[in-house]
Amino acid sequence: MAAALVAPLLLFLLAVFVLPIGAFLTRAVQETDVAPVLPRTVAALSGWNGQGLPDDAAFAGLIADLKEARVRDQASGGGAIARAAARLNADWPGFRSLLPLTARRVVAAEGPARETLTGINEDWGTALPWLAIRRAGGPLTDFNLLAVLDLKRDAAGDIAAAAEDAAIFRGILWRTLWIGALATFICLAIGYPLAWLIATAPARAVPWLLAGVLLPFWTSLIVRTAAWMVLLQREGVVNATLAALNITDGPLPLLFNRGAVLLAMVHILLPFMVLPIYASLKALDWRLPRAAVSLGASPMRAFLRISLPLSLPGIGAGSLLVFIQALGFYVTPALLGGANDQMVPYFVAFYASRTVNWGMAAALSCLLLLAVALVVLLYGRLVGFGRVKTA
Amino acid sequence: MLRRGFGAVLALGMAVMAGNAVAQQRDLTVVSWGGAYQDVQREIFFRPFQQSTSSRLLEETWDGGVGVLRAKIQSGANNWDVVQVESEELLIGCEEGLFEKMDFSAIGGRDRFIPEAVSECGVGNILYSFILAFDRARTPNAPQSWADFFDTQRFPGKRGLRRGPKATLEIALLADGVPPGEVYKLLATNAGVDRAFRKLDQLKPSIIWWERGSQPAQLLASGELAMTVAYNGRITAANQTDNRNFGISWRNNLFTLDSWVVMKGTPNRAAALNFINFVTQPARQAEMPPRIPYGPTARGAQDGLPAAVQANLPTTPANAEGALQISDQFWLDNLDKLNQRFNNWVSR
Repeated sequence: MAAALVAPLLLFLLAVFVLPIGAFLTRAVQETDVAPVLPRTVAALSGWNGQGLPDDAAFAGLIADLKEARVRDQASGGGAIARAAARLNADWPGFRSLLPLTARRVVAAEGPARETLTGINEDWGTALPWLAIRRAGGPLTDFNLLAVLDLKRDAAGDIAAAAEDAAIFRGILWRTLWIGALATFICLAIGYPLAWLIATAPARAVPWLLAGVLLPFWTSLIVRTAAWMVLLQREGVVNATLAALNITDGPLPLLFNRGAVLLAMVHILLPFMVLPIYASLKALDWRLPRAAVSLGASPMRAFLRISLPLSLPGIGAGSLLVFIQALGFYVTPALLGGANDQMVPYFVAFYASRTVNWGMAAALSCLLLLAVALVVLLYGRLVGFGRVKTA
Repeated sequence: MLRRGFGAVLALGMAVMAGNAVAQQRDLTVVSWGGAYQDVQREIFFRPFQQSTSSRLLEETWDGGVGVLRAKIQSGANNWDVVQVESEELLIGCEEGLFEKMDFSAIGGRDRFIPEAVSECGVGNILYSFILAFDRARTPNAPQSWADFFDTQRFPGKRGLRRGPKATLEIALLADGVPPGEVYKLLATNAGVDRAFRKLDQLKPSIIWWERGSQPAQLLASGELAMTVAYNGRITAANQTDNRNFGISWRNNLFTLDSWVVMKGTPNRAAALNFINFVTQPARQAEMPPRIPYGPTARGAQDGLPAAVQANLPTTPANAEGALQISDQFWLDNLDKLNQRFNNWVSR
């Protein structure tokens, strides 16, 4: 009976949440662009040990594949060669022009395959493009997943560190976690006293105080972020006020840095910290700290030993909510941050919309999802999910 | 580039569908970037074309992206005939067979056009530039070159650059004294790329990155930037419509073109070429720059224009001297690799 009641909800979640996101994430390991265009080449290369050059079957296969694919592309405007070239180019720069160029030239080519291809471009006489084709032959690949961990497969097929100037994502991940942790800490430092104030305020003041916390919820995130741009810019409200009060000599660079990002993030995330803490303080039995004080504990000692531990579930729930949301912030750093304040979501968007590289976008999403899962697990270990229920 | 900020408002076809059974033959459909730009095109190209040929013309707008064109052709139900594309779409689409080969004999011959406008599948329509822009009100001592752009001693203040390696690396090398003709030769080598990034290292603390074409003028206007790389049309537009006093240094500007292409397999091929022939006549093209300062591609098109208009055009000889055409072939090959390196550098 209970199962039947929640079935519509579960089906809904499955249809609009689990399936599309799962389908998207599988893009991280799928390899669909190269094998359909170069089936013979991929088959011939599968028997190659990666040493020296592949045998003649690979050269002949590539010519036959490209001739066929070009006819198909010209007939349908399919762009299959271009897609394969774009995928291969991500592995070995130069493919973007090499493959279409080769496809154009082989149409008229006669004679032995090996000489034909090296005659079109001498790169075909090196192992590098062939290795790239072999790696992209699919159907599954770890290319993207390794890339987001700053790893790659070397010529022998072993996992190796990526080149120094291509290694970027570990740093980005640490930065994402660090910004998330900072935002959480600042939210806690501001949010706890605020929640305490509301929980201990006279009953008629509580709705007003709560409204003050909830007000930002009613404004769109982008509007709030844009408002910070107006406030913080060089000739914005803050700088104008400081100058009018003769506090500063010239305008301060308030925008496009880490401080601006954190300020706006804390502004947006604060309610998620205050409300759970407020709920747990509200549920707190206030006779306990009073008893502690009457038994001789200093107010500070009563707070540290009694009130704080009892409100810990609220702190845990609030911190978890804030931290996880902070990891996914995209608009705020994009608008208020500088180049080195961008987090993982920026690069997901970068690959999805700017370079249309779904594989990398999906792999980075997996990385982010994994980071969140680890944090939640860690929280479960340290605090325990059972204690969140009071919040 | 024109697409940014011009929403994808679907322009209405201007011809009213008359009758019902007669409209078997599809009307010529022309696709452009919409917004203020297409308003101008309607006034100076589309309406006169309809009047002179007494034929009907439908217009649509798009936001670019070769995937859109690919989908049109693949679906087998393509209803576009003439499209204005960016240079990169021209290159890729031509390679993929999305466009008809351009028949120059039907549009006045190759000699009608400047050499940069002539290509296998399309013909240049407008030419525009990445230039150095500054606010005369805040920087009265006008910067003269990319070297000045990198000189934060003489010209204090933040610099705006487009986020991404394209155009940025070229500018770094030009600022480092590389002649325009050598830039892509050098960038094709690792040493050249290293040199560009080393030059950018000097400026890094002062850079504010922008991503949309509308941002540079806003950031200049708000005083956030002392100088910026920008599209020339946006800067002149800000001067004309927002009463700004922005200056432009044209020295070693980077230019690129938008082109007209004819979609593959269209039944209106003859009408499409007729249209392109009509709108690329020098006298027709000369109507554009007084309204929006994009350079015409027909030889002699701008000769009769007032000096004040010519001063804002990338095709005016004084402005075009030492200009560098952005190489789409280079970026098609190297964008992935340099994106990675750029992202790595920029976020360190």
